[in-house]
Amino acid sequence: MNQTQSPIDFRANVQHVPPHLPAAVRRATTKFLGTRQAVVDVVGDARWQTLRQAGHDLRLHTLNHLDHYLALLEEQVTQAGGIVHWARDAAEAQQIVLEIAREHQVSRAVKVKSMASEEIGLNRALLDAGIQTLETDLGEYIVQLADEGPSHIIVPALHLTKEGIADLFHAKLGVDAPPDPTALCEIARTKLREEFLAAEMGISGANFMIAETGTLVIVTNEGNGRMCTTLPPLHVAVVGIDKVVPDWEAVNVLLKLLPRSATGQKMSSYTSFITGPRRATLEGGPKEFHLVLLDNGRTRILQDAVARETLLCIRCGVCLNVCPVYNHVGGHAYGFAYSGPIGAMLTTQLLGTPVAGDLPFASSLCGACAEYCPVKIPIVEILLRLRRRVVAGDRVAPAVAPAPLRAVARLGSFAFSVPWLYEFGTQALKFAQLPFRKNNWLPQLPPPFNRWTMARPLPAFDADFRGWFRQHTPAGRRREQKKRWGLGVAVAGVLALAAVIFSRRKK
Amino acid sequence: MTIKAQLFITCLGENFFSPMLKDMVCVLERLGVQCEFPEGQTCCGQPFFNSGFQAQAVAPAKQWLKVFGKTNGYIVAPSGSCVDFVRHHYTELFPAGTREHTVVQETAARTYEFSDFLVNVLKVTDVGARFPHTVTYHASCHALRGLGLREESKTLLRAVKELELIPLNEEETCCGFGGVFSVVYPEVSQVMMENKIKNIIASGAEYVVAGDPGCLMNIAGGLHKHKSAVQAKHLISILAAQ
Repeated sequence: MNQTQSPIDFRANVQHVPPHLPAAVRRATTKFLGTRQAVVDVVGDARWQTLRQAGHDLRLHTLNHLDHYLALLEEQVTQAGGIVHWARDAAEAQQIVLEIAREHQVSRAVKVKSMASEEIGLNRALLDAGIQTLETDLGEYIVQLADEGPSHIIVPALHLTKEGIADLFHAKLGVDAPPDPTALCEIARTKLREEFLAAEMGISGANFMIAETGTLVIVTNEGNGRMCTTLPPLHVAVVGIDKVVPDWEAVNVLLKLLPRSATGQKMSSYTSFITGPRRATLEGGPKEFHLVLLDNGRTRILQDAVARETLLCIRCGVCLNVCPVYNHVGGHAYGFAYSGPIGAMLTTQLLGTPVAGDLPFASSLCGACAEYCPVKIPIVEILLRLRRRVVAGDRVAPAVAPAPLRAVARLGSFAFSVPWLYEFGTQALKFAQLPFRKNNWLPQLPPPFNRWTMARPLPAFDADFRGWFRQHTPAGRRREQKKRWGLGVAVAGVLALAAVIFSRRKK
Repeated sequence: MTIKAQLFITCLGENFFSPMLKDMVCVLERLGVQCEFPEGQTCCGQPFFNSGFQAQAVAPAKQWLKVFGKTNGYIVAPSGSCVDFVRHHYTELFPAGTREHTVVQETAARTYEFSDFLVNVLKVTDVGARFPHTVTYHASCHALRGLGLREESKTLLRAVKELELIPLNEEETCCGFGGVFSVVYPEVSQVMMENKIKNIIASGAEYVVAGDPGCLMNIAGGLHKHKSAVQAKHLISILAAQ
């Protein structure tokens, strides 16, 4: 539990979305979804579904045997000459990386884009320790210059326009930057080239870690990943324990799913396989290789049989691209490194419900994400499970919903399970609405019902079907007639009784 | 043998869409289906469940089961969302080992969303309706992804005489209703709804059709707010028109 200790207020965040943002986000996500569809169509739907199922099954198998595969991984990485560290949380991971840097008197580090390092706030820790740390993925470089976090898992600067980036380069780098992608890219490339050559440490994450050979898999499109992991004499990888896979066969399946879902590529431009540091006989590669295996709440996630499947995620970002909520609010509204549906699931579990209890509700449960997810994470089920955790608590975390809300839910539950009370309610509402009614609409309701009417009017309550249907069938009509006779007799009886009592009193 | 339909009118259907419910009876009877209304039905419990109050969903769900468990024939609802909930979440509320579990399995299996019932059970696509207007269709999320009903409603609409079905841009994108979501995050719900309204108006159709009361409340409200002439209708009301 780190970084965002104050609770994430999703509703407040969405009210500060810059006006240009939804259009910029949608432009990018629409493009990605289009290219994704094209490459998925080539695979063919039947085969794609088979691949998804295989991806799901092998990821779940690994999670269920995480202890075994992590031990195997450690053994293999060590055998390949790497040094393995275990970090329970963000602070420990930072400490380990800082120690390694100190030992090697590192003053400059270059980084490959990594969500794990965003999650643990590694850049901040390194900069605070006086180590100049530079992001080298173009998007990540841009958000670092802007002093922001990534707004998308794979496209960190997705929320920025080329004009905004040009202004940023001008302000921060003091160069003349035209709002032209090629020119901007060239500026960054020149700057970064110097850094690659000067850096004493390269930091990366990994997309996968292959247990059987102790191999890291890093998927990038810019070549910066290769520069960071081969040029500096020291390579430190910080990777979540959920990224382990059993073998090369498994990676073969996942590498078919990942680039297609993420960027709509059959293969990304660079797929690097790194096994330990350089061997004496080879020229390239770092002299020393460290792997920091990060828990930071992941083993806690394993406790819940449903929510556990959050850890199947391969960080392709397609759930963000297809999410109507994400498309309108962008990544920063989610208040942490992860955004969109995966953010709603993962952040809630990593930071805990007291900090991130808003997030499981930041979804209309439309299920588009689950339909696209390449490893078939049951996203809707997990969000529902986490909503339950927020309001009722479970073995993983205590409840955080306010008591009055729980009282209202209990009352409502009672009213909805007593038929006569419910039916009475449907009729009573027709009268209760009268002061607010304009023709067939209720344009404005008092709090808390204004939460609906602030966005659009409510149709007027008009329940009359039961009465209508009772009159609709001959059997129903007879029943109603009997009821009316019964009621008539009862009323007559009561009236007669009243008359008798009344006349007696008079005497 | 006459086919029987037990009407599961749903709480949103009952409180906001009475004419549509009558249309449902009208269409089913026209197709020779005998309609029955099981008394004592309230709400399936989904609003509680989806808000996180899953323990509070049990009581309404028990009431639903008490009412529908003892009926026979098909159970038909004008909502994919409620049917999705009964079919896919009731077993969570009444897990294996509880008294209700077997009743749930039996009852949920004969519970159908309206278009699913017509097209896949009755095998009817032409219900003999006539609707001389341009119509566009919004796919409701739970019918679409929860029940896998992608084409059924459109197949029924295409068979309506003199009806012109106009494709809707982003047909399968959520309208922003999302049950509790619409009141927890009204600002986000609103921008999603407005995007839907923009696409509906751009389609040029006179009517927008959906199959779920929730979406319809949201879309109709949005259209009314924007003073649009486009009318939001339930699929059933179009099929009832002659």
